[in-house]
Amino acid sequence: MIPPPPPAAHVPRTVRPPGPLVIDIEDVTKLYRMGAEIVHALRGVALKVHRNEYMAIMGPSGSGKSTLMNMLGCLDTPTSGHYHFNGKDVSSMSDDELASIRNREIGFVFQTFNLLPRSTSLHNVELPLIYAGLPPAARRARAREALENVGLGDRMLHKPNELSGGQRQRVAVARALVNHPSILLADEPTGNLDSKTGEEIMQLFDQLYEQGNTIIVVTHEEDIARHARRAIRLHDGLIESDRMTGN
Amino acid sequence: MKTLARFYYEFAESVRIAWAQIRANKMRSVLTALGVIIGIVAVTLMGTAIRGIDTGFNDSLAMLGDDVLYVQKWPWGPIEDWWNYVNRPPIQVADAERLSRVIENTPNSLLEVVVPVAGRGASVKASDSSVDGIYVFGTTADYARISGVDYKEGRLFNEIESSGGRSVCVLGYDVAEALFPGRSALGGTVRVGGHPLTIIGVFAKQGEFLGLISFDNQLVMPLNAYRKMFSIRRSTDLRVKVKDKTRLMQAKEELVGAMRRVRGQLPGERDNFTINEQQAFKAVLDPVKTAIAFAGLFITGLSLFVGAIGIMNITFVSVKERTKEIGTRKALGARRRTILLQFLIEAVSICLIGGTVGMMVSYTVFLGIQFQFPWFPVQFSPDLVVISMLVSVVTGIISGFAPAWGASRLDPVVALRYE
Repeated sequence: MIPPPPPAAHVPRTVRPPGPLVIDIEDVTKLYRMGAEIVHALRGVALKVHRNEYMAIMGPSGSGKSTLMNMLGCLDTPTSGHYHFNGKDVSSMSDDELASIRNREIGFVFQTFNLLPRSTSLHNVELPLIYAGLPPAARRARAREALENVGLGDRMLHKPNELSGGQRQRVAVARALVNHPSILLADEPTGNLDSKTGEEIMQLFDQLYEQGNTIIVVTHEEDIARHARRAIRLHDGLIESDRMTGN
Repeated sequence: MKTLARFYYEFAESVRIAWAQIRANKMRSVLTALGVIIGIVAVTLMGTAIRGIDTGFNDSLAMLGDDVLYVQKWPWGPIEDWWNYVNRPPIQVADAERLSRVIENTPNSLLEVVVPVAGRGASVKASDSSVDGIYVFGTTADYARISGVDYKEGRLFNEIESSGGRSVCVLGYDVAEALFPGRSALGGTVRVGGHPLTIIGVFAKQGEFLGLISFDNQLVMPLNAYRKMFSIRRSTDLRVKVKDKTRLMQAKEELVGAMRRVRGQLPGERDNFTINEQQAFKAVLDPVKTAIAFAGLFITGLSLFVGAIGIMNITFVSVKERTKEIGTRKALGARRRTILLQFLIEAVSICLIGGTVGMMVSYTVFLGIQFQFPWFPVQFSPDLVVISMLVSVVTGIISGFAPAWGASRLDPVVALRYE
């Protein structure tokens, strides 16, 4: 259970020492064909992310940050260049191998929550474990634990339409973390929330970071990015800046 | 083992989703299932009718006897070269006596007994009523050996009555019912062509031959009595019982040889008689039966096909509606197979519901038909249930496959962005 968060200004900023290399992107490009036009979404991006990092990916729309996030999340493969995830070459994997990486190594949090509308919180959180092939009893135990960890121990049998926006996003976070992934990948996690609830979700992220999770947040809001320890900015398909964020 | 377990969990999840989906879209599911229900009802009812026709047909053939060969002038079934048959000499009662002698003199003959039968349509009168169109025929006491028919009461005439040409007869069930309603016909008198005959027996009910000729509308008397009333020159045939019906073809060959000797035919001369048997009848009618079955199943199958298109359509809609969900599931680690399975199970579930309801409707209709029109040949059997369930599942798989395949192939990035 998470205690009520103290005011944001007083959150002590710990920076955990970086662990082993998780993400290693070398000179990655991505081309899209939009009708007759070819769009260069990424024009040669190199990026290393280590375990225990808390990183924000920023940039205006059209900068290629969504493409980069899809790439990092193994939802998409690069047109050229290499992507090693935990030492494995992801760029040449088949769809089903990618599905397996996403299932075990990556926890997704979406802007629109993307919960199954007719399923309870518990079942939503169980879903990745079903695809991982866990037996029902183990699934339920781990899903329960994950929900308690985001403070929703009393909302397990509620369906999404019985939950507030913040609670829905917490369910999504629990779902993302239930299979103990290497990274938590959040795409505009506060985009559909009011600023107060958004701030609560970001505090949850801070705590998850303290607990030892590696987090990547894609956002265009400076306030959100300020929670991260490192921020990269994309512009026109290139990394424009990559620096640690200070207080 | 791990893969198997995962497959099972994914399967269970797919079934769960399918049910949730069907419940969430009740009206749509009911309408889609209705297409399958109508298809299954049409196909199974056609199946029961075909089964019924088949059974009726086989029962009818059994009446002819599967161990009896018929020596006749004309073959059963259609012929085009009638001029080859028309000048054949008619079968005579004398042929039967000669044939019996030939058989007696054949060592290890496969033929058991020869019975001449001469008959025609006639009216039968009792004291206060009469019936028309009765098949009246004369035969010998040996008729008991080739006919497996049971008696409601009484017996067939014996050897003495037969050779003496006594005025006795045995009535078919319906004749006895018509002339002596609610009482025993035994000992009564009927008149055929003005001649009085004493009733010594009544056959048990036998049914109709292919729904055309009733075996219960007959009257049997000694041949020697029959020939006093009617001419037997042109209306006789011989029935020959074989000893072993598994060697029917050899028996038939022997009979052909024996008949040629009886007829004094020279080698190289064509037979001037025909040996008929129920198999030949079957050979003529089987293609007709098959054609009816195919045509019937094809036409009713079309309605099932329309139902299948409905399933395919609704699965396409379902995939479209849940594109974002498919994207989410893929992001969480669902493989192509998992998504394929999910939508296939949804399609199959609707088909199975349709199949089950359709089956129940068919059974109800079948019971109704049996109750209202007991003579109508329908037959319902458990394998029909199994077959139609299989058909439902296969329909679901085939019609669900294209949309499910499309869903499994969706690019997760595109699917997640879909609104």
